[in-house]
Amino acid sequence: MTAVAQAPAPAPRRASRRVREMTGQAGWTVLGWAVGIAFFIPVLWMVITAFKPESAAETWPPQFAFSPTLSEFRLVFSGMGPFIEHSAIATVGSTILVLVLALPAAYALSIHPVAGWRDSLFFFISTKMLPVVAAIGPLYVIALKAHLLDNIWLLIILYAAMNLPLAIWMIRSFMLEVPGEMLEAARLDGAGRIREIVEVIMPVVSPGLVSTALICVIFAWNELFLALNLTVTNASTMPMFLISSVPQEGLYIAHLSAAATVASVPVIIVGWIAQRSLVRGLSMGAIK
Amino acid sequence: MAGVKYVGVSRVYAKGAAPAVDALDLEVKDGEFMVLVGPSGSGKTTALRMLAGLEPLDGGRIEIAGRDISDVQPKDRDIAMVFQNYALYPSKTVAENMGFALKMRRVPRDERDRRVREAARILDLDPALLDRKPKQLSGGQRQRVAMGRAIVREPKVFLMDEPLSNLDAKLRVQTRSQIAELQRRLGITTVYVTHDQVEAMTMGHRVAVLSGGKLQQCASPRELYDNPVNQFVAGFIGSPAMNLVSAPLADGGVRLAGTVLPLGAQVRAAAAREKLTELVIGIRPEHLHLHLVGEAAAAGGARADGAELAGEVLLVEELGADALLHVRLVGDAAVADGPAAAEAPVVGGTPVVARAEGRKPPAPGQRVAFRVQPDDVFAFHPQTGARLAG
Repeated sequence: MTAVAQAPAPAPRRASRRVREMTGQAGWTVLGWAVGIAFFIPVLWMVITAFKPESAAETWPPQFAFSPTLSEFRLVFSGMGPFIEHSAIATVGSTILVLVLALPAAYALSIHPVAGWRDSLFFFISTKMLPVVAAIGPLYVIALKAHLLDNIWLLIILYAAMNLPLAIWMIRSFMLEVPGEMLEAARLDGAGRIREIVEVIMPVVSPGLVSTALICVIFAWNELFLALNLTVTNASTMPMFLISSVPQEGLYIAHLSAAATVASVPVIIVGWIAQRSLVRGLSMGAIK
Repeated sequence: MAGVKYVGVSRVYAKGAAPAVDALDLEVKDGEFMVLVGPSGSGKTTALRMLAGLEPLDGGRIEIAGRDISDVQPKDRDIAMVFQNYALYPSKTVAENMGFALKMRRVPRDERDRRVREAARILDLDPALLDRKPKQLSGGQRQRVAMGRAIVREPKVFLMDEPLSNLDAKLRVQTRSQIAELQRRLGITTVYVTHDQVEAMTMGHRVAVLSGGKLQQCASPRELYDNPVNQFVAGFIGSPAMNLVSAPLADGGVRLAGTVLPLGAQVRAAAAREKLTELVIGIRPEHLHLHLVGEAAAAGGARADGAELAGEVLLVEELGADALLHVRLVGDAAVADGPAAAEAPVVGGTPVVARAEGRKPPAPGQRVAFRVQPDDVFAFHPQTGARLAG
């Protein structure tokens, strides 16, 4: 009965629903763009400012007509050599160390779970619950006694320790995606532990490994607190260089912008190259 | 070539829990196609996995070709397994998938290639597919690659764990006969697990029916169908399933649907020995011979012969060649009341399924009567489920 009574209604109702759906979609699109622009404008501002002469950088209202110059970049390039070298060593070194340690750990916590794997898993993540500030005192003393202060090896070790729990959790979740039947097939085919990992597990989890490595690279590259407190010159990294770009007196915004732009470039490039595997890797554990 | 022997094999997953496989004794002859069948939780897959070495034994031993392999590594058992989801390596090509086990055994590349191509030929797998990745194949092709991976190893025993369950119905029927034919050609001892009794009946030389971790019966498909040893096997084998009804014993037979269904003298003697007052009666759908349709049934035609069961058709399932009648058997009272009772809807009564000719099945609501041959009636112990010898 109700169907009969409503018979004339569908056409306009369907149309109105479509209008509502479209406005809803448009609303989300506008919001998405707004958020995207809000995040992008400071970055754009930084890049534009980096090309300004120092005198034009701090005017108010901001100048949009200016003759671009590379003088600040030249200044940055002339001074950043050791910093970028330290950053690269600490980042690459710690990321390799993380992967080398996290792979077997994740394997032992997923594919062939060891006794007490739950406790181990919780222990790893619990190390992230203590603020780094609370640990800096003891860390300083340990570094001092071990003669590792202002030493790049200290940063490699600390960055590896910092990223290791996250890496283990991530790689473990990727390994859980490896079908059990496939591992059994490998066992029947006669693959040992090493073959199993290299030929069967690795191809399946490699996108996950790439995304894990990228996240470790980004975190290590951007780390400031430990570098600031435990290094001076022999191991100081790019974030330290940014701080050193701020002089005690005088204008510095253009110089700082140029330095920050240079410092962001590696992360942006790395993220850009790997964005597909990053999305795939990060959503891998979420599918099931 | 080799047979397989389970000797008192048990598997207990958790302490105190019922064993998943309970003292299984089973012998698979050399070159035989043995199907393990049973509902989920019957232990059939566990039994297969123990043979593969993927599951440890908690008791007993398993022999292949007379050698106790209970503690031998899976790779050294000289077996090959086809998994339910095929378990192909996604990053390897079809040829690499099929040749992986040989590579692990350090078989030279030429020999590997030759055996992979040979397997592809046996399976009718297009050689062009050998360089593809599993992702680029259809479900049926993947299934054949999984078979190929087993064949190239030239093992003593094939193990198959529901390898057809991921195929669509038509392909499943087709592949079913291909696998059976292939097994016959290669003559390799095969243990095949399925929950589908049609697969079991059509493929196996012999079928082992499992339930609750225990072997119920192991026999040829025909023997299982004609001579089930207990109520479980009787109900599990056959589609549609055997009608199982509990009925009180009466003089010369059992009382069912207001009439006395005669039983053989041996069955009656067995029931008397066991001091039973009630039996479970089993009748296959095709053994309910449609005898009378319509008024005659209701008017008391059934009175002439004690072995006729009267009922009302509830539903007709047309299968083409034949039709399945879902019938409720009606008791004495309804039949005795004559034509008036035909109008009254049947309340209660025993539901049964009968197979009838497809051309002119009775309509729903119609009164029917069935004749049953005494030899076609199975009788089971109501408590133990054991068949009472007939």
